[in-house]
Amino acid sequence: MLRRYIIRRSIAALITLFGVSVLIFFLARVMPGDPAMIALGETATLEQIANYRERLGLNEPLLVQYVVYITSVIHGDLGDSLYTHGAVLDDLAHTFPATLELILFSTVLMITIGIPLGVLAGRFRDGFIDNFTRVFSLLGVVTPSFVWALFLMLVFAFYLDVLPAQGRLSEGVEPPAFVTGLYLVDSIVAGDWATFRDASAHIVMPGTALAMASVGQTTRMTRANVGESFDKTYIEFARAYGFKGFRTAAVYALRPALIPVLTIMGLDIAIKFGSAFLVETVFSWPGMARYGVQVILFKDLNAIVGTVTIIGFFFIVINLIVDIVVSFVDPRIRLGALAQ
Amino acid sequence: MTEGTLIEVEDLHVRFDLFEGVSHVLNGVGITIRNGERIGLVGESGCGKSLLARCILGLLEQKNIRIDGAIRYHGRDLFAMRGSEWRDLRGRRITMIFQDPTAALNPVFTVADQMVEVIQRGGNRKRKREECLDIARGALRRVFIDDPDRVLRSYPFQLSGGMAQRVIITMALANDPELVLADEPGTSLDVTVQEQTLRLMATLTQEAGAAVLLIAHNLGVVREFCERLYVMYGGVIVEEGSVEEIFNEPLHPYTQALFGAVPRLWGGDLPKAIAGMVPDYTQAPEGCRFHPRCPHAKPECQSTPPWVKLGEGRGVRCVLFEGAERSTVHA
Repeated sequence: MLRRYIIRRSIAALITLFGVSVLIFFLARVMPGDPAMIALGETATLEQIANYRERLGLNEPLLVQYVVYITSVIHGDLGDSLYTHGAVLDDLAHTFPATLELILFSTVLMITIGIPLGVLAGRFRDGFIDNFTRVFSLLGVVTPSFVWALFLMLVFAFYLDVLPAQGRLSEGVEPPAFVTGLYLVDSIVAGDWATFRDASAHIVMPGTALAMASVGQTTRMTRANVGESFDKTYIEFARAYGFKGFRTAAVYALRPALIPVLTIMGLDIAIKFGSAFLVETVFSWPGMARYGVQVILFKDLNAIVGTVTIIGFFFIVINLIVDIVVSFVDPRIRLGALAQ
Repeated sequence: MTEGTLIEVEDLHVRFDLFEGVSHVLNGVGITIRNGERIGLVGESGCGKSLLARCILGLLEQKNIRIDGAIRYHGRDLFAMRGSEWRDLRGRRITMIFQDPTAALNPVFTVADQMVEVIQRGGNRKRKREECLDIARGALRRVFIDDPDRVLRSYPFQLSGGMAQRVIITMALANDPELVLADEPGTSLDVTVQEQTLRLMATLTQEAGAAVLLIAHNLGVVREFCERLYVMYGGVIVEEGSVEEIFNEPLHPYTQALFGAVPRLWGGDLPKAIAGMVPDYTQAPEGCRFHPRCPHAKPECQSTPPWVKLGEGRGVRCVLFEGAERSTVHA
């Protein structure tokens, strides 16, 4: 039953993804600026530009261009980049894991810090922890991630000089053998602890800077919903029947309260892609957000479509995961969806 | 303490420190519940009935609350008990049936999960899940649920109100409690279902020999179900007696007014509402808290009226009966 729900959701996700790629394909082409002119530079003659346009197929009608493009995509070719002169697929394969690692790292912080803090604050409302988290989370939410990035860099890289300020690894350290593309995971797989320590030191600051807003948001959401949950009759019932205090808070109150929190966390993870660009710039993190902006400025059509589609894909996967997790947590959604 | 006394509440005061001042809700409440006794507690909404029940269970933990007086369980002061000891009584020796059964069940756990949680705490040792489920099935059959497995698999939102109420009753009785606090059970259900589940509760508690404190504003239910009655007004017990005594001869002007407000199918006029409102507990009236609404109010009512004991288990708190061993007010 649940499998059918997941399959149905996945099909819907694929259709959405297809829609996104169509939209971005045409949007990229109606943007002002001639890709051939930008690629060849100011010294190119009109004839050279015309030839280049012809070679790129830009003189064909849009629909024809799309058919050509989608045919090669089906064959696993996202085209070449005008900016790097390499295959877009290769570029993405290099940059996407870096960004993914950053986002996953900050997601782990968001979950492991935000939820427990929120539960404690909701359990002991107006107590010390609650007041502390109120300030802490508000500060997290209102401060842009690049400000956190600069602040952390100043303190930990410049004044204290305990953390590296740039890149994913120190110079001279070889990346671990490719398994997932995530250095932290790959170095564990390879059993290479020196590399793991180096990669960890590099990701702490950008990961934290990226996490701050979502940690704050998650704490606030959890606190609000757990607090509300504690006023419900079923909590009084649990206490009237002598359930243990910790169990009441961690299971009985949290589980129903988690449902709206999960949905917000899904959105927060998606938002991280936007914030990641600034953080990646500050820390020279060789990720996709930076690549994405550069190719947009260069009007690198294939790279733009490829990047946006990957981000769209990621966004949709996150939402799918959140929906599935929510349906596990909330029987009303699971059984309601099955009843359709 | 006399033999067979289960719960003895003595001179219980509950005050809340609010922004507007001190809200003195329970003002010297005293009640006694003996083993296996079925007691009714009646009074208007907001008179402190539910608060009293929650005091007995020890559910009040707001920071701004002050509780004075004593609640004794088999002669032992609950307030002097360690927290864990008191918690051990909950769900085992003393249980509670809530007003709205659907709200009392957690929406994201199955009935089985929640029943196991309660049943596990019964007995002398921790029971295994399978064992608990067996007990649950048997208990559900006793409340006339033919397919207990279906109910156990269900989530609360898949149950009707009546079904949920039966589940709650089962949970309340699962560990053979000595006392069931029934806080207006099923008021949120429709009348016929409420009637059914109340009967069910009556039969089962009687079979189990558990004492019941039935909080109700439906006097018909109380008359049918209870042996003894406490009438509460404004956080004070104003009258005590057996059900026959109070229904045949209500003494306190408030009790009389309460009975006058019951609608009847045959004869008589429309029910008479009691003029005025339940007092604001931050500025409760001095003396008898009912006197501003009382048709018999006298200047003496400004000072706290005495508890006039009119025999074993019969008493009234009103100046009209002061000194008089037995007399009737002719309204």
